[in-house]
Parts: sequence; C-alpha cells; structure tokens
Amino acid sequence: MTRVCVAGAGVIGSLFAAHLGRVAEVSALTRREEHAAALRERGLRVSGRADFTASLGAATEPDALPEPELVIVACKGTDLDTVASRLEGHWPDAILMTVQNGIGADEVVARHGDWRLLAAVTFMSGTRHDDTHVEYVLDTATWVGPARGTTYADAQAVAELIASSGLKAEAFPDLRPAQWSKLIFNATVNTVAALTGLPHDAHFAALDRPTDLGHLVKGLMDEGKAVAAAAGVELREDPWQMNVLATKRGSAHYPSMLEDVEARRPTELDMITGALVREARRVGVPVPLHETMERLVKAREDSWSA
Amino acid sequence: MVGVGSTEPRAQAPAWPAPERITVAVIGCGAVGSLFAANLATLDDVEVWAYDLAREHVDAINRDGLRLTGAGEVTARVRATSDAGELPACDYGIVATKAMHTDSAIAATAHAFANGCVATVQNGIGNEEVLARHVERVIRGTTFPAGRVVAPGVVQWDVKGDTSLGPFEDRPAPFEEVERLADACSRGGMPTRAVRDARGPQWRKVIFNAATNPLGALTGLTHGRVCEQPPLRRLASQLVDEGKAVAGAQGIVLDADPEELIDYAARPDVAYDHKASMLQDVEARRQTEVDFLNGGIAEFGRRLGVPAPTHEAIWALVKGVEASW
Repeated sequence: MTRVCVAGAGVIGSLFAAHLGRVAEVSALTRREEHAAALRERGLRVSGRADFTASLGAATEPDALPEPELVIVACKGTDLDTVASRLEGHWPDAILMTVQNGIGADEVVARHGDWRLLAAVTFMSGTRHDDTHVEYVLDTATWVGPARGTTYADAQAVAELIASSGLKAEAFPDLRPAQWSKLIFNATVNTVAALTGLPHDAHFAALDRPTDLGHLVKGLMDEGKAVAAAAGVELREDPWQMNVLATKRGSAHYPSMLEDVEARRPTELDMITGALVREARRVGVPVPLHETMERLVKAREDSWSA
Repeated sequence: MVGVGSTEPRAQAPAWPAPERITVAVIGCGAVGSLFAANLATLDDVEVWAYDLAREHVDAINRDGLRLTGAGEVTARVRATSDAGELPACDYGIVATKAMHTDSAIAATAHAFANGCVATVQNGIGNEEVLARHVERVIRGTTFPAGRVVAPGVVQWDVKGDTSLGPFEDRPAPFEEVERLADACSRGGMPTRAVRDARGPQWRKVIFNAATNPLGALTGLTHGRVCEQPPLRRLASQLVDEGKAVAGAQGIVLDADPEELIDYAARPDVAYDHKASMLQDVEARRQTEVDFLNGGIAEFGRRLGVPAPTHEAIWALVKGVEASW
C-alpha cells in the first residue's frame, strides 16, 4: 500500500497521518479548509514520543486528493456518519478502516458505500496542540481485524504498514475479543470519569472501603463481561486487570468523555455505553448500572444544551 | 398584675397552669436552625440560645436579633454564641447542622443537655445514632421547611412545612417531653406533630432526597428538569423503589409516597427551578450529605440484606465527585 488517506485529523488521525507519511504517500481529509491549508503549508509536526515533521497533502473534498488504497476513518464517533457520507461515491476500490471507540463503527460506514472494511481499536493517545502539531503521549498499540469483505491477511498487511511507520500495531483474525475488552473498559472508565470529574487514577481501582469507587467500576465491568459472554465473545483481556494496570502506572489519564464534559461538547456516549446497552438488550442480559450511567451522562449533556 | 382593689383572689385566677418556662438551644443556626430559633423566640415562655461556629452570623444575631424574611417576617431576640461553654443547662436541644458535623457539634454541647432532650431536624438517616453516643434522651425528627442564610443574621424563609418529632427508639426521650417541644414549636409558628413512630416521615423525606438530590448534583439539572426527562425520572423511581424496600424491611410505614412528593415538587409553582442542596454543594465544592442519604439507605440495606445497588452506585459517584476536588 503506497497511498493512504486519513479522514479526520484530530489527535488519532494526526498521529496516523504523520507517521504513515514516512512510509507512504499520505493525505488528510479535513473538515475545515484552513486546517487543510495549514497542513499543506507547514506539514504535520509530532512531538513527545517521536520528533519529526511530515509533509502531506490535505483537502476538504475527496475529489481534491489522490485516490488512496487505504482510508483510515479517524474522526470522533459523533462525526462518523457525517464523514462517511462525504466519502459516499468515492474511492470504490479502497479499504476503509474505522478506529472509533466502542463497537459498530464499521456498520455505520457500511451504510454509505460498498467499500471493503477493516475494524480497528487504538489505544494510543496524544494531545493536539494546534492544527499542525500533535504530541504523541501513549505509544500503545492499534489492533486491526477483518470486517466486511476483508481477510486476516488484509488486516496483517495494514498492521505491518502501521508498524513500519513507527507506531505499534497488531492484526487479529477476529477483532471482537479485543474490541469488547476495550468497549467494557471504556464504557466504565469514561462514564465514571465524566460524572465524577476524576481522571483515570488510583480511585478507580480502590476497593478497601465500602464507598471506594473500585466497587462501582468492578460492578460496571462485571455487567459488561456478562454481556460479552452472552454474545459469545471471549475477551482478550480482563477489563478490571486493564484498569488496575493503567492506574498502577501512577499516571492520571483524562478519558475523552471527561474532556468532552468539561468542554461541554457532545460525548461518544452513544457509541460506547449506548452500544453496550443495545447489545445487552439483544442478548437479554440486564445492565442496570450501565443504564444508570447512560441516563446520567445523557442528562449531563442536556444540562448545557438548554 | 391584679390591682389592689380586685375582687378576684389571685391564687385561683388561672384556668390552667401558666406554661413552665423552657430553655431551648439550637445547635447549628443555619437556615433550618434559624427557622426554629427565631420562631420559638417569639414565645414568652421559651428562652432560645443558638450555637453556631460562624462568628459573623453570631455577632449579627446578638447585635440585631435573628431575622426571617420571605414566607414569614420575624425578628427575634436570640442569645447566640460560638462558645459551647456559654450554653446554660437546657431543656431541649434542636440539632440542625449539616449531617457530617453532627458528631463534633454534639460532642461540644452535650453538657448543656445533661437533664434535657435533644432532637434532630437534620437531613438523612443516622443522625440520631450519633446524638445517642453523647446524650441520654434523643428525639427523632424530620422537618420540611427550607430557607437559606442571605446575610449574617438574616435568613430567607423559602418554604413553609411541617415537622414530625418522636422518641428515638434506642435512647428515647419521654413522649410527654416530645409533646411539650412539639407544642412549643407549633405555638411559635412551626407546625409540629409529636408521633410515637417518627420513622415514617423521616424515611419518606430521606427517600425523596436520595432519589432527587444526587441526580441534580451529578447532572447539573434543576429538580424540574430532572423530572422532565423520562429516563432520569425512571432512575429516580428506581431509587425510590430500593428505598421503600429498605424501609419496608424494617417495618417502617411511610406516611406518604415519596413519588408524589417528587412530582409535586416538580411543579413550576413549587420547586421546578430549585437546585438541590447537593447540587449547590457540588458547585461550591463543599462536602455533600450523600453519606446520610444514599449512603444511609445503602448501609441499612446491607445490614438488612436488602439490595440497593442504585443507591450504592450513586453514593460512589458523588463520593468520587468529592474526591476530584
């Protein structure tokens, strides 16, 4: 694969675009023209765990970009439908890869065209400083798996491309065990952080006193695990262990939903907790705690919309 | 005074014995404490003291009297102090601090009630147990009037309402003592019933508060807007149902359905725009009363083997909010 387009140049999109720019011809599809212009003129700088500036093409319309073989759809889940509709009718031979939180992103994209699809989850994180500068913070992996019309070999090829660019990536014959581990982890950590204002820190794993937050975190994760089991998904990692490990590192990561709530932006609630609750109903597993969290975060969003 | 030339023999004059003078100390003279203190102080037969740690408030009360405005206009002479040593021996204490300050407040003032009875009119459950660690005769109480301190010595009286008092089962005040305090409160303008079992009104209020206050605190919505969103209103009902189960397991008969109170309060002419006190606390980054509301229900539930998972979850979230400051 020699031509890649990254649709949506937020933190994750920028990290992909800049790194892949070192091993492929990369373009970025942006929402704002000034963002595209800035990328064309100044390139895209990465700091933090890497330090370089990549040059790349950028435009707000697919027609203005060279036809790619791989499109990484890296916008936020809340923008996914809009971005996918802008790709409608373009690049029928490309493989589109979704990297949104939650599950079901590939299904949203599938409604807008017949592309072959890959599904991915990414654990890397960064901080966006401005339109042309992103800081690479957590160098954790991106996991890629086949979705509509693709095979494990396609997933391996993309994972190798990503790995060759300096990011971490791994392919899986079936992404669901990884995706579900992350879904349960995210549905829990993001909503608890958004409602309490706490970054993902040691409070989330504390179980010593009856009022410690770890009990709620565990309860939410146990509900999620019951849904996964009923859906026939064997989790790749235990979400509680992921939680304990992440908080033991001593860092206090700000989950995106907490950042969204603090900035009074719409959250990815529907793609994360919403997806889990819908799946729970489908398989007939009660998830009263996740429903409680969903109602509270939804109401929190409503509190600043009026 | 009977005149010299009166034909009525003085000793036989009263139709009933003149009420014995009583001394009442209000412990924690915030909004609710002030409503009791000022109204009781309008009675000739009640001497009222107020114990509060806010010096400016105490000084203003001693200088200008304690003033209520809004639902009632009262300016009353109240002896206020921040020094528990100044309190005389009292017949009654009325504890009205925030629930998390009960222990320190009663520890400091218990000496004044060596021969008296102490009532709580605080939010939540568990306050009586704390009082009983320090004093002999305890009165379980629940009060609905509300207000806020708007300036030192001045309290805005927002909502009138009833109060219920009854002996606390573990360390009961004699019922006639409960009646005497209820009578004084009622005569002073705070309608109060003495009841044998005061748990029903208390649990109704606790369930109401625990089902609504934290939803406001966690979402930022006023009471009316919480009730307008069907999923959130259902969450309140879920909390009510768990609370009712925990109350029922103790044989407590609620004196009214908290659901009715929730819907009544949501009316535009009642408390639609009211920000729950817990939301006000969260916005001001003050410790909340969640331990005594959702925490109280959850702990009683655990002890009784009645699950209250939603109260547990809400309790953990609000504690998390407090931990984030």
